[in-house]
Amino acid sequence: MGEVMRRECRLAARKPSQWLQPLVFFSLVVTLFPLSLSPTPDLLKTLAPGVLWVAALLSSTLSLERLFANDFEEGVLEQWVLSPHPLWVLIACKIAVHWFFSGVTLMLLAPLAAMSLAIPSSAVGVVMGSLALGTLCLSLLGAIGAALTLSARRSSSLLSLITLPMALPILIFGARAMDLASQGQDTAGALWLLGSLCVLSVSLALPAVTAAVRIAME
Amino acid sequence: MGRWTWFHRLASPPSCYQTAQTLKPWFWVPAVVLLCFGLGNGLYFAPKDYQQGDAYRIIYIHAPCAWLSLLAFSTMAIASAIGLIWRLKLAHALTSALAPLGAAFTLVCLVTGSLWGRPMWGAYWAWDARLTSELILLFLYVGYMVLRASFDDVDRADRTSAVLAVVGFVNVPIIHFSVNWWNSLHQGSTVIRADGPAMPAAMLIPLLACFVGFTCLMAYLACVRLRAEILVRERRPSWLLTVDEHHE
Repeated sequence: MGEVMRRECRLAARKPSQWLQPLVFFSLVVTLFPLSLSPTPDLLKTLAPGVLWVAALLSSTLSLERLFANDFEEGVLEQWVLSPHPLWVLIACKIAVHWFFSGVTLMLLAPLAAMSLAIPSSAVGVVMGSLALGTLCLSLLGAIGAALTLSARRSSSLLSLITLPMALPILIFGARAMDLASQGQDTAGALWLLGSLCVLSVSLALPAVTAAVRIAME
Repeated sequence: MGRWTWFHRLASPPSCYQTAQTLKPWFWVPAVVLLCFGLGNGLYFAPKDYQQGDAYRIIYIHAPCAWLSLLAFSTMAIASAIGLIWRLKLAHALTSALAPLGAAFTLVCLVTGSLWGRPMWGAYWAWDARLTSELILLFLYVGYMVLRASFDDVDRADRTSAVLAVVGFVNVPIIHFSVNWWNSLHQGSTVIRADGPAMPAAMLIPLLACFVGFTCLMAYLACVRLRAEILVRERRPSWLLTVDEHHE
């Protein structure tokens, strides 16, 4: 397990472009909105939660495309299926490392983006917390899509077609939490709901991803 | 063991092919009768609504389609689970036969709903909870069909899309709940309520007839599509010859 984690981290460290690209994409999308709408702080403040979440959603589908693809092509997944360790544990490690490099980095970038969209600094904690929970859900849900499209043709647009409808609840609760926080209201409810979605997606995604990987291997 | 022989017989393509054929008249006759009665009564003879006038009559098409869009998805998910667990190819054939039907009913539901929304809410589309979840359901259907179409190998397409159907089915209530929490404008339930249906019998009976009639229509279409699906999958001449002997 530790070995798998270390391997994943080493891979990510050697190819920083894989996890940096979605972050750059995220900042670019966030930049587009003030330019295309208007830079007035009031407008930006009302739009900010939606903008941040849509950007996070799109950048996560971008990073998920290659989640299993390289390992699939190089035969690593095959070894995992054959190995004595339970497949779901290995997959869980992989998703956790992916979340660390996509979600946690996004969370660290988010305060900058939030400040630039005129979100008050008192709400930054909720912005980071909701993004951390939400990107974990997105990594898990996206892993289902990535595993399902492993041996499919035209898989890049297919992945977002499958993942985005299922990511809708995350978008709703995450954006609502940020919205409430920037208005200075209590955000506990929305964050709890987001947390329960996380628990649900752990229990739903791991068996589904494992099944999908096994099917792709046959 | 003896109790399950019917199941084994149904699970073999030739007998399923024939069972679907024998079931066909049991579905299309009631469908025609009930839809003639239900739609005729609902669209012409049922009394006008005191508030909505004639516009409410679209419920005779809209509500059954909404019900079928969910029924088809649930059936697909159950069939997919059966196909995944017991490796039953016919269950996958049924799922792929149902997907376009479910998508079509979802689309009809959305179109009739927006036609009704124009005079009632003043807009073809409103970002209401039920409308949005129905739209997302349509996207789930489309995602399922596109995923299915992007595999060359039938077996792999079956099992991969079956995983998606099951995952999507688990997600439908979550999506519905979250969207509901977000915004709701749709009128409340009319037929299923704690204090009985809020509808006079002259309106209710045709509506129930439409529900059953449309369901029979979908079952009939599913039989037709399932037969076609089996034919495509079992393109072995010897098998076709045995079918011809028994039948037609």
